[in-house]
Amino acid sequence: MTPTAYALSDSWTMTRRELAHWARQPVRIAVGLVFPVMLLLMFGYLIGGGRGVAGSYIDYLIPGMLALTMAFGLESTMIAVTQDLNKGVIDRFRSMPMADGAVLVGRSAADMLQSALTLVALMAVGYALGWRTGGGPGAVLAAVGLLLLFRFAMLWIGIHLALVAGKPEMVQAVQILVWPVAFLSNALAHPGTMPDWLGTVVEWNPMSHTASAVRDLCAGGGTDHVAAAVLWPLILLAVFFPLAVRRFGRLSK
Amino acid sequence: MADTAITVEGAEKKYGEKKALDGLDLTVARGTVHGILGPNGAGKTTLVRVLSTLLRPDAGRIEVAGHDVVTQARAVRTRIGLLGQHAALDEELGGRQNLEMFGRLYHLGARRARVRADELLERFGLADTGRKAVGRYSGGMRRRLDLAASLITDPEVLFLDEPTTGLDPRGRAEVWSAVRSLVGGGTTVLLTTQYLEEADQLADRISVVDAGRVIAEGTADELKAALGGDRIDVVLRDAGQLGAAVALLPLDPADVRVDADRRLLSAPVTDRMTALTGVVRALHEAGIEAEDIALRRPTLDEVFLHLTGDDRRAKEPA
Repeated sequence: MTPTAYALSDSWTMTRRELAHWARQPVRIAVGLVFPVMLLLMFGYLIGGGRGVAGSYIDYLIPGMLALTMAFGLESTMIAVTQDLNKGVIDRFRSMPMADGAVLVGRSAADMLQSALTLVALMAVGYALGWRTGGGPGAVLAAVGLLLLFRFAMLWIGIHLALVAGKPEMVQAVQILVWPVAFLSNALAHPGTMPDWLGTVVEWNPMSHTASAVRDLCAGGGTDHVAAAVLWPLILLAVFFPLAVRRFGRLSK
Repeated sequence: MADTAITVEGAEKKYGEKKALDGLDLTVARGTVHGILGPNGAGKTTLVRVLSTLLRPDAGRIEVAGHDVVTQARAVRTRIGLLGQHAALDEELGGRQNLEMFGRLYHLGARRARVRADELLERFGLADTGRKAVGRYSGGMRRRLDLAASLITDPEVLFLDEPTTGLDPRGRAEVWSAVRSLVGGGTTVLLTTQYLEEADQLADRISVVDAGRVIAEGTADELKAALGGDRIDVVLRDAGQLGAAVALLPLDPADVRVDADRRLLSAPVTDRMTALTGVVRALHEAGIEAEDIALRRPTLDEVFLHLTGDDRRAKEPA
């Protein structure tokens, strides 16, 4: 086999490892699906009420919640990588002739799969709550693609932070920071309802672009947010992917 | 193929200001069991992590199975097995799942990985563990599975880092017999331990390590001989007479160790018979009653205390 074939086969083995964990702990996956649904219900009915939103709040909220859930993925990735790094098994992986990045690729494949499932669950619940898309299947698929691209960027930031922090105690600090950053977006409320300076910050948040683009695509209208929703994750990836890979290689120092 | 499985010349590794390896030299012959003996913090684990490519040394030439651990890490990794201090297993998966996964990562292919997993489970008495997650195994079972995982490819060199630390006597016996069964198959084993008994039982040669350097090396017998040969132990009836006995016995008082709780004094001797008759006569003339007098070989504990104690004294400013 060629080195590339080995790398693919090792990555697949590591992905299967994550799937085997799911099979053994289905409750964990279920909780991962229930949590965003719970948030959706909370914001939709408990706290919501369409802050400054023209039209149906549920049509505004669902795309926002989808983006928000992708952003929170940063935490779950970081927790999983931190736990992995602090387990003895990582030493065995690193003492074996396996492809260097396979551990990280396995992690990202499993996280992307879980995120896709979460999107499906959220959209199904949204549909039940009365969310309807004006855009065709192509537009909705494009929206899902943008969400997953955003999640992919969050994933590599999560991996990098886990490699930098190293210790489980640091995860909490990041968790506390992710929330305000995620909420400082247009996911739940329209920037027009905020003070000017805050509205500006919110509109600059990469997550806001993803949420807006998803909203527009689902509504079936034109959108000028797609470019930014593609560009921002790519920029984040260009920064954090090499950083994370280099950091992983430096574990031996 | 060279006769040497492991060559270490001038290995150095610093953590911040602390030197974990401080110019360590080591040569291990192919097909032998080599013990690395030393207290906590001596640099044993750092040495194993450097040898198994997990840690990059700051300096030194280090070859394992004929390949450099820094520039040819992958070639080294295909030839080694590692049993670290903590179980390097996926605790959420079962024993078979673990071994199959590692087998695939060694690129055995799915079928051979499965066959190999079965063989190893059988060999280490884990065939009936079923789907039980490794996290629920006993300490001894986990260690055996860990050992099985490090043997998937029949490694040329196997590293065992304190393989029995934290195990109960039964678990320890299990691991010892597993290690013994490997010897003779041509595998070179490097074993670190804090237990002198363990090194004595399993290793052909022993390197005593302290503060990141090898301070003595040889077979267990050679190390014992290095202490000056035999010792005499004298147990008195009355602990109050220990002081008087030390003063009048024909032994160098500086070498005599006194254990008041056991009413014991112990000293190295050069000539067994002269020492024995001299001690018996001196005690008799002074009217000190002895309960027991015995000549014996030194224990590795004594060798070790002697070596590391000397070393510490030498390093202290006068």
